[in-house]
Amino acid sequence: MNQPNLVELNNITKKFPGVTANDQVNFSVRPGEIHVLLGENGSGKSTLMSVLCGLYSPDAGDIIIRGTKMQFRSPRQAINAGIGMVHQHFKLIESFSVAENVILGDQSIPQVLKMHQIKNYLTKLSQRFGLQINPSAMVWQLSVGEKQRVEIVKMLYRGSQVLILDEPTAVLTPQETGELFRTLREMTATGRGIVVITHKMHEVMEIADRVTVLRRGRSVATLEKQQINQQDLAWLMVGQDILRQEKKKIPPGDKHVLELKNVHCLNDQGLPGLTDISFTVHSGEIFGIAGIAGSGQRELAEVIARLRPVSSGDVLINNQAITGCSPRQAIDHGVAMVPEDRLGTGLVPNMDAMDNLILKSYRNKSLRRGPFLNRTLTREKVNQLVSRFEIRLNAPDAPVKLLSGGNLQRLLLAREITSDPQLLIAVYPVRGLDIKATEAVHNLLLEQRSKGLAVLLISEDLEEIFKLSDRVGVLCDGRITGIRPADATGVEEIGLLMMDAQNQGETTI
Amino acid sequence: MIKLPGTNLLIEKKLSPDPAAFFVVPVISILLALLVGAFSLALSGRDYQQIYATMFSGAFGSTYGLSETIVKTIPLTITSLGIALAFRMQLWNIGGEGQIYMGAFAATWAALFFPVGTGWWTMPCMILLGMLAGGLWALLTAIPRAIWGVNEIITTLMMNYVAIFWVNYLVYGPWKDPQGYNFPLTATFPPEAILPTLGVSRIHFGLFLGLLLTVLMYAVVQHTRWGYEIKVTGESVSAARYAGINSKRNILLVMFFSGAICGLTGMTEVSGIAYRLQPGLSTGYGFTAIIIAWLARLNPFAIVLVSFLFGGLQVGGYIVQTSGIPSSMVTMLQGLLLFFVLGGELLTYYKISKAPASSGQDT
Repeated sequence: MNQPNLVELNNITKKFPGVTANDQVNFSVRPGEIHVLLGENGSGKSTLMSVLCGLYSPDAGDIIIRGTKMQFRSPRQAINAGIGMVHQHFKLIESFSVAENVILGDQSIPQVLKMHQIKNYLTKLSQRFGLQINPSAMVWQLSVGEKQRVEIVKMLYRGSQVLILDEPTAVLTPQETGELFRTLREMTATGRGIVVITHKMHEVMEIADRVTVLRRGRSVATLEKQQINQQDLAWLMVGQDILRQEKKKIPPGDKHVLELKNVHCLNDQGLPGLTDISFTVHSGEIFGIAGIAGSGQRELAEVIARLRPVSSGDVLINNQAITGCSPRQAIDHGVAMVPEDRLGTGLVPNMDAMDNLILKSYRNKSLRRGPFLNRTLTREKVNQLVSRFEIRLNAPDAPVKLLSGGNLQRLLLAREITSDPQLLIAVYPVRGLDIKATEAVHNLLLEQRSKGLAVLLISEDLEEIFKLSDRVGVLCDGRITGIRPADATGVEEIGLLMMDAQNQGETTI
Repeated sequence: MIKLPGTNLLIEKKLSPDPAAFFVVPVISILLALLVGAFSLALSGRDYQQIYATMFSGAFGSTYGLSETIVKTIPLTITSLGIALAFRMQLWNIGGEGQIYMGAFAATWAALFFPVGTGWWTMPCMILLGMLAGGLWALLTAIPRAIWGVNEIITTLMMNYVAIFWVNYLVYGPWKDPQGYNFPLTATFPPEAILPTLGVSRIHFGLFLGLLLTVLMYAVVQHTRWGYEIKVTGESVSAARYAGINSKRNILLVMFFSGAICGLTGMTEVSGIAYRLQPGLSTGYGFTAIIIAWLARLNPFAIVLVSFLFGGLQVGGYIVQTSGIPSSMVTMLQGLLLFFVLGGELLTYYKISKAPASSGQDT
């Protein structure tokens, strides 16, 4: 116990314009422990780890590595101090071999490479920790799990004493996850310290020696293994500061506007993205989807908008299957969507407000004049929308990328709402907006609800979900872990479902 | 925002480019290109002032020179319009040259080997078949692009050589004029297959086709629903998908029309200039058009202007060639123009500023 901590972060504060990402956070890593960092999105986990691995320099606070105070000016200095990070998105060169990737950036290596020796060394190194890799294989041929092993070996090769893994299991199959955990244990046995960022409760229970919970940039608790229990963690993570808003006056209708029946789909990596999703959204109802980011939210929105193929199951709009439809047919069925990526998917950055407002209606009969677009009529329509939704344009023909976030979102919502939809999918509708703009967007959504629109609200902010939703569905790892009425459910229950603490995919209603 | 290494200068993107910059920057870029060109001419011991003066007066200073410049402007304009259409959708059609040859090939077939001989139908058939051949040639690369995402830059580039060798095969082989003293040429076209010219000059009817196409291109891209789809897809593929635009269909259509327009160049060149099919009928128009389309920022009217400038550059180049200046000087100047105009773009869209002293001294 006299050994100094491998890492000690004392009172780290890091501010970005408008937000304090880390507010006097304390964090330490002991030799031979696995320390889990837990927190919602935006709670400051990545910022804290970026400070530790030299990507950001903190505004205040100390970084102490094995008892010595350090000031990292670049990631290289952090690596030299024995801090290695495995990012969620691997930093490997696809067309290089494993060995070439591992030695990349190593300045101690002689000019003339003795690849044979290096490969032998890598084989020994990886075998010692049970990491199966072939140093001669080309990276582009490797599976995701193998690439992750290469990243870990790379850090070991550079002599990392502290290994940070950012959501390492997000891309892995259960078997690979098991192997990874065994490897991590091997490494702690040699006195190394490991930081794992994760959202999954069962993983916390399985591997954590200690847990630190971050919320809104502050460290709310650090618990020892014997103190850890699921209820507390969920509570610590989502917090208790949620205000219930006034009850909605009109109850939702009973028309089934959107219905998903046992929907399965794959994510971009070709792994299961959604598994057996079934729920219904009624007219005049806001159905909130809660969940840690990356639990299948994007896939869910894309499947309904027909931007992603369904591997099995059915998507129905007003009891009509749209499973085999094109995105355009989905639009014609009345599916409107405010996508996560507003500028780039929802809006065309270099086009002006008018061209953006007709992005979906340009093919309507009303805007046609033969093969031409009726520019006079479109201009009129656009002017109406701009004044009705209070969109502030600096110049009518300026590219929309110059607009503020709030105006962009109003522009998008104006277009989607006036397209006369049956269903509106709103993905992170207020992300990055200030309080006033947030309020405006929320009022628009509630107004549309009272007009009978069905709204699927995907959000990472539980406060927003509780404020707007009639019912809440919780996504975890591509599954619905529960559907609860918003008025009669506690935040902690949703928090537990978000981390699938109960591990039983039961659904109500 | 990029920090220049070793300095405290930052390159930042301007929120809105200065409108004046759109005119000032290209003009300065052209002057700089000429300056560097002059420098390299001076290095090889030549009188660059005199060369530039001869080039200018040769291309624009006489009725003959001007008419020859316009003759060059026609194929450059038409081809650049075709290329620009594809570029609008971020489809990189580098195969204009091959599409020109295929257009010339099909037009020649209609002129010389049409099953029912020649008549009033000859000219329309040459135009239609020339465009169809260019379009289908381009479509061959569009299909793998649409289905499997095969890089069209490579395929269109390779297809150029196939088309050029195909035409060479024909004129050295089966289509060689029996009365041609064994020169690699086809027989001369019958009068029905020859485009009318303006007075005694070599300026042919293709000029009007080019200008018509310019207006048409503007109308289609700026004012039709299809043009809107092309612009959206070119700006952001994911927005296009989200808006329900069928990108695959548009890849096929846009590539086809891009190739068809280049094919029209082939038709006007055989029917308006050469009056027969021969090797080397395009002097790299398909490649020069890429530079022109970029310099004109894909604007159809600007394409006409830039093509005129490049036409003059080529004619001026031929004139000075007689005084022993290598013709590759023209290619060099074209390259310099592209280099400086694209470099000048940095000044239109970015600004260089001093980094605030407080923000760290990391390496």
